[in-house]
Amino acid sequence: MSIPLPRGPRPAAPSPASTALTFAWRAVLKFRHVPEQLFDLVMTPIMFTLLFTFIFGGALAGSSTAYLQWFIPGILVQTTVFNTVYSGMGLSTDLSKGLFDRFRSLPIWSLAPFAGLMVGDMLRHSIAGAIILGIGLALGYSPEAGLSGILASFALLLAIGFGWGWIFIVLGLVVRTPMTVMTLGFAVLFPVTFASNIMVDPATMPGWLQAFVAVNPVSLMTTALRALMAGTATLREIGLALLGPAVLTLLLAPLTLVLYRRR
Amino acid sequence: MQDDLAIRARGLRRSFGDLRAVDGIDLDVPRGMIFAILGPNGAGKTTLLRILATLTRADAGEARVMGHDLAAHPERVRAAIAMTGQFASLDEDLTGRENLVMLSRLWGFGWRAARGRADELLAAFDLSEAAKKQVKDYSGGMRRRLDIAASLIVSPGVLFLDEPTTGLDPSARAGVWRLIRGLAAEGVTILLTTQYLEEADQLAGRIAVIDHGRKIAEGTSRELKAQTGSGVLHVTPLDPGNREIALGLLGETAQADPEGGRISVPVADDAEAAAHLARLAQAHIRLAEFSLGAPSLDEVFFALTGREAA
Repeated sequence: MSIPLPRGPRPAAPSPASTALTFAWRAVLKFRHVPEQLFDLVMTPIMFTLLFTFIFGGALAGSSTAYLQWFIPGILVQTTVFNTVYSGMGLSTDLSKGLFDRFRSLPIWSLAPFAGLMVGDMLRHSIAGAIILGIGLALGYSPEAGLSGILASFALLLAIGFGWGWIFIVLGLVVRTPMTVMTLGFAVLFPVTFASNIMVDPATMPGWLQAFVAVNPVSLMTTALRALMAGTATLREIGLALLGPAVLTLLLAPLTLVLYRRR
Repeated sequence: MQDDLAIRARGLRRSFGDLRAVDGIDLDVPRGMIFAILGPNGAGKTTLLRILATLTRADAGEARVMGHDLAAHPERVRAAIAMTGQFASLDEDLTGRENLVMLSRLWGFGWRAARGRADELLAAFDLSEAAKKQVKDYSGGMRRRLDIAASLIVSPGVLFLDEPTTGLDPSARAGVWRLIRGLAAEGVTILLTTQYLEEADQLAGRIAVIDHGRKIAEGTSRELKAQTGSGVLHVTPLDPGNREIALGLLGETAQADPEGGRISVPVADDAEAAAHLARLAQAHIRLAEFSLGAPSLDEVFFALTGREAA
């Protein structure tokens, strides 16, 4: 057996952009080979949208159509936040399979594999968001700010996905199995997304809960997304919505690096 | 001269809690050699390999790999080595070709060159037909070959192989052995771990025996066998009914294989072996076969550690 070992000089280390592109390509390939994962991503939000709109919508907002206006921006935030769990599971799988050991032994920037995961996540968030928005539009949702509102909203969604993604990257590094990442993730995310203004106006909640809802980053993000879709967003609203993701990134990106190097 | 050494390690230690996984190991691996680290499960082989491949930090000790200091310049070490772990480090959802293209890209190849390199490796590793199958549908042997191919996208100075044939059937194992010999012939230094004594014996120029995180012996296969200081006479009685009688005649040190009816007895030299054979002949015990050999590495391991190898 003869093995073709290259004799010439090695290629120069790839640029961060080229590395990111390669990881994005991997994410696209995963969609192509495992289209079922799309089902995981949008199943729950589609179910939520239909249940809440047609069962609770009338009671909550007078009519299903009126409720859609309220609910669609919220479910987009929830979809994005929930989907960050799947990034953590993906990372946990890669780690348990030893794929990350291989990435680590490559001459690439040590955060590059994580940046790569993020690139894949952005793709996932965009696709899942587009599907949910498409269903909303088909049911009669109409964003007042039109296309520009939608584009601005998706930019915010990606920022949210980026920030929250770090939580599950850290979890993926600390927790041993992908299943545990998922269980832990949903144990935190369900209360945090329900105790927010995504589904209902918090005015009828008890005072202590209202106090939590008011400062819940999920509420702040939802408020900003509604405003962007309606074309009434203020800088303050957007700033508050970005605060959570920014703080998470600043704290957790360095922590990721430390945890990763310690392994 | 340490420049002649691919790996030079002194006093490497690493603990996980109370467990001293690697407990003060020195290692000199000459360039271009197949060097085997032999030991039972949990002896510390994988940890030692991961330390040398910069994947696990050592608590103490120092090492140079291809002339680069492990602690001071891990990135230079990384650029000079490749590691194939115990479990296929591949993306199972992707095809074999896509895995190799992705890794070639991450090494810095352009798209076209990456595809070229992937196809070249697939052909060399007899995987062209499976190039477009997802890795999760690969057999164990194919996975292992792809995994090793993924470590050879650029020529490594040292290739670390962690139990390269564990779980493979005999023909897949023979394929991996051929591959390892081929790479060594190309001048790649290979450090492999194994719990198969036969594997170390077959492949390696030098063998370090590791137990409980310590090196308990090192040398060529022949030197290790010589350490037990004797050879072994194997006899198989023609009539299995004579086994017990033969065992009695050969003395207390004789041992019967649980299967196959073979009896092994340690001997100091050929004269002692001849005396044993004469005793059997006098008792009219006909033999199906007999042989005199150096002790197997299993027996060496037993002699060194006082326990059976895993």
